[in-house]
Amino acid sequence: MPDDWRFGGFGLYVHWPFCAAKCPYCDFNSHVSAKIEMEDWRAAYKREIARYASETGPRVLNSVYFGGGTPSLMAPEIVETVIETAAKHWTFANDIEITLEANPTSVEAGKFADFRHAGVSRVSLGVQALNDADLRRLGRLHDVATAMTALETARNAFDRVSFDLIYARQDQSLSDWRQELTTALGFSPEHLSLYQLTIESGTAFGDRFRRGKLPGLPDEDLAADMFILTQDICDAAGLPAYEVSNHAVPGQESRHNLIYWHGGDYVGIGPGAHGRLTLDGQRHATTTELSPGKWLSQVSRTGTGELEREALRPRDHAGEYLMMSLRTTEGLDMKRYRDIAGKPINMFDINDLENLGLLQSSGDRLQATRDGRAVLNAIITRLLPDD
Amino acid sequence: MTDLAHIRNFSIVAHIDHGKSTLADRLIQETDTVSARDMKAQMLDAMDIERERGITIKANTVRLNYTSDNGEAYVLNLIDTPGHVDFAYEVSRSMRAVEGSLLVVDSTQGVEAQTLANVYQAIDADHEIVPVLNKIDLPASDCDRVAEQIEDVIGIDASGAIRVSAKTGVGIHEVLEAIVHHLPAPKGTRDAPLKAMLVDSWYDAYLGVIVLVRIMDGVLKKNDRVRMMQNGSVHQVDRIGVFRPGMMPVDELGPGEIGFITASIKQVRDTRVGDTITHEKKGTDRALPGFKPSVPVVFCGLFPVDSAEFEDLRDAIEKLALNDASFSYEMETSAALGFGFRCGFLGLLHLEVVRDRLEREYSIELITTAPSVVYHIFMKDGTMRELHNPADMPDLTYVDHIEEPRIKATILVPDEFLGDVLKLCQDRRGIQLDLTYAGSRAMVVYDLPLNEVVFDFYDRLKSVTKGYASFDYQLTGYRADNLVKMQILVNEEPVDALSTMVHRDRAEMRGRAMVEKLKDLIPRHMFKIPIQAAIGGKVIARETLSALRKDVTAKCYGGDATRKKKLLEKQKAGKKKMRQFGKVDIPQEAFISALKMDS
Repeated sequence: MPDDWRFGGFGLYVHWPFCAAKCPYCDFNSHVSAKIEMEDWRAAYKREIARYASETGPRVLNSVYFGGGTPSLMAPEIVETVIETAAKHWTFANDIEITLEANPTSVEAGKFADFRHAGVSRVSLGVQALNDADLRRLGRLHDVATAMTALETARNAFDRVSFDLIYARQDQSLSDWRQELTTALGFSPEHLSLYQLTIESGTAFGDRFRRGKLPGLPDEDLAADMFILTQDICDAAGLPAYEVSNHAVPGQESRHNLIYWHGGDYVGIGPGAHGRLTLDGQRHATTTELSPGKWLSQVSRTGTGELEREALRPRDHAGEYLMMSLRTTEGLDMKRYRDIAGKPINMFDINDLENLGLLQSSGDRLQATRDGRAVLNAIITRLLPDD
Repeated sequence: MTDLAHIRNFSIVAHIDHGKSTLADRLIQETDTVSARDMKAQMLDAMDIERERGITIKANTVRLNYTSDNGEAYVLNLIDTPGHVDFAYEVSRSMRAVEGSLLVVDSTQGVEAQTLANVYQAIDADHEIVPVLNKIDLPASDCDRVAEQIEDVIGIDASGAIRVSAKTGVGIHEVLEAIVHHLPAPKGTRDAPLKAMLVDSWYDAYLGVIVLVRIMDGVLKKNDRVRMMQNGSVHQVDRIGVFRPGMMPVDELGPGEIGFITASIKQVRDTRVGDTITHEKKGTDRALPGFKPSVPVVFCGLFPVDSAEFEDLRDAIEKLALNDASFSYEMETSAALGFGFRCGFLGLLHLEVVRDRLEREYSIELITTAPSVVYHIFMKDGTMRELHNPADMPDLTYVDHIEEPRIKATILVPDEFLGDVLKLCQDRRGIQLDLTYAGSRAMVVYDLPLNEVVFDFYDRLKSVTKGYASFDYQLTGYRADNLVKMQILVNEEPVDALSTMVHRDRAEMRGRAMVEKLKDLIPRHMFKIPIQAAIGGKVIARETLSALRKDVTAKCYGGDATRKKKLLEKQKAGKKKMRQFGKVDIPQEAFISALKMDS
């Protein structure tokens, strides 16, 4: 069987852990820090790329992704160094995608030209809502007008632009969301990430929710209606879903994220970054030190930011492939699954879920239907391989 | 041994949280029975469950040596009795083993209803009662009002009530003096044939069964051969002693004394509470009055959550039964739940205690099915069958009629809650037998089907009376009624473990309540699930649980894969803990919760 990176692609993920402010719903590894030694970070990223490249050997790199945190707060010089270093060690694909997550504030929009110059070709803007009151509730530092200006600036600076919206917010009705999404599509985006608000434990929202202080969240039925409405509206606008929460004009999908969902390889550098690396036919999961300060000092002291490296057992590898690939409309390749797991998915379960209209299959391709994607956790739970 | 005039035997009657255990601790401390180093809170409550719930299940006893202000040395024996209706018989035996009681009342709260049942047991046993007002250190303490209330409600003189703070130790000395001077010395004849009451017994892994005894007449010594008068078994006493509260050997126990014996007895079953112990030779031929064999009145199925643990469950139940003669068990097979045991209990608290101990002491997770009483099924061929499990109900064409056990329930309640109590009893098919007042308290007596009481009657009673009602009952016999077996079907399949016997007139209501409950208890599945209640083939109530509509992780990228997959695997493991009926997973708590009635 082909290695994962040949099958699903190969990408580089760079985690920038700092934010200007922490959002109440966010459970990502992000920190607010007054003083950041840009030079130290540049050196550490460089060192990490070189270390991984020596392990992977020559490969074609399909994508570089700067995520966070808020990577638009990075000095453009760091971004440039990362891209240059990656290009030195690996071969860039002709259509390589280089994405940077950005907040749509005026300060950051002012740096877009420099990021473009550094080599960034795509930005993903965290717009989140088209309603100032809700933006404040979500703890965002921008308003709608600023976001729109930043979107315009981004479109002029980069080849491709995507933006995020969060829905199923407090007190949001179905028609509120219809209106907001229609407005968003009015900007003719080629890519949208549309996330249902998820209350994660360990966040400010999580604490409030636990104490019963986060009223007005939709129940399961309204949440389902919102999800279906989102599919309908985006389909009609020519941005069908290609993944549970991601919509694009065909051809404009995020290549980087597809690496994750296709079960490809990715190098993860920066505090808390995860990676998947196939080395000598064995897939590994890598994790890094979570705390920015510790990560930085560990890299400079020991030459590696890695915390753990686990050789994935076939059943974990297969379970992960199942969980990730069924998120896409393209679905799962059953032959690939068999190759990884050493055995097929239980046919009885597949038939059962097909009869319920939640899965569909043709040949080796297994896909979750639109209704199936809405209850994907239940489907995956059913299909996950047993111990 | 001690001469009778210098022995005082007593129990402590108190509502939960009124300070019984703290007072007992103080008495132990004040008499130097336990060194300060070994003292721990609630010395007498041995089991975790007892300590946690503040209830006593086994009788505990301690001997205190006390030199009174008059310079004479006394032996004081305290028996701490179980205080719950399930163990009413055990309480009555413990009360017969002592001559007096301390009635402990929280002086910030006043007399509470649950105190009454036990204080009446003490009065029934002709006890001298010393009222003790506790918690006088608290600002809310109002001794005069509470003393007056004791006189009004219980009808005993409380003018000499002792005011104490078990917490600070104030008044403890006065309590000891009152025990010596107000409680009568026990009676008994040293030269008479041995007559000892078996007060309680329990199993000890090293010593075998330990028997708690009160000597009424005669003398019991080590190596004596004794006979249990009820079952006729003969044993040789190999240890004899008293509790301080640890075991301390003595040479003999004489009249009026309380202590323990061991006699290489292997099963608690061979030692019946209330039995009379006498010498094999030259024993008495007159047993003490009042013995009753214990009969389980509530049955339920206990099944291991993990069917692989059936053998572990068998071991655990057998071990537990060694220490609990009032608990019965036999193997049961359920189509839904697999192999388990049908177990009989004295009541619901007893059931809960046994279940807790199995789960806690033996680490076995259990599914408990709906409690049921024992029905008498009269067949058309003239035979009668006992039905312990609704699932075993024979085909109705062969059944002539069904009888169910009835009880006489006595409820004491402040009059402000009387209306709610009467409504509750009527709702449970009760027939009022009596209604009288004592002060602002009403005493109602009802004839009720035991079936309507075993499940959640006590919880409901506590809830509608804010805990101010006391409840006691006795079985009165069997009576025929229009009873039917109600089945529950989940996704068109009958779930045997949810079958119940109900009165025909109440079947629709019960059925409706159960399917509504189950609709909330069963999680949504990927398909819709009809939930029905049926009698015979006829559906009497129906609900539909809609299909799951939304359950998906919004964000899942490279950094989330490990964690999200673990979450889903955890969910999958959680599903395995539920029971599968056809394609439907039913959580364990559904088997009990579905039957609880809210009104």
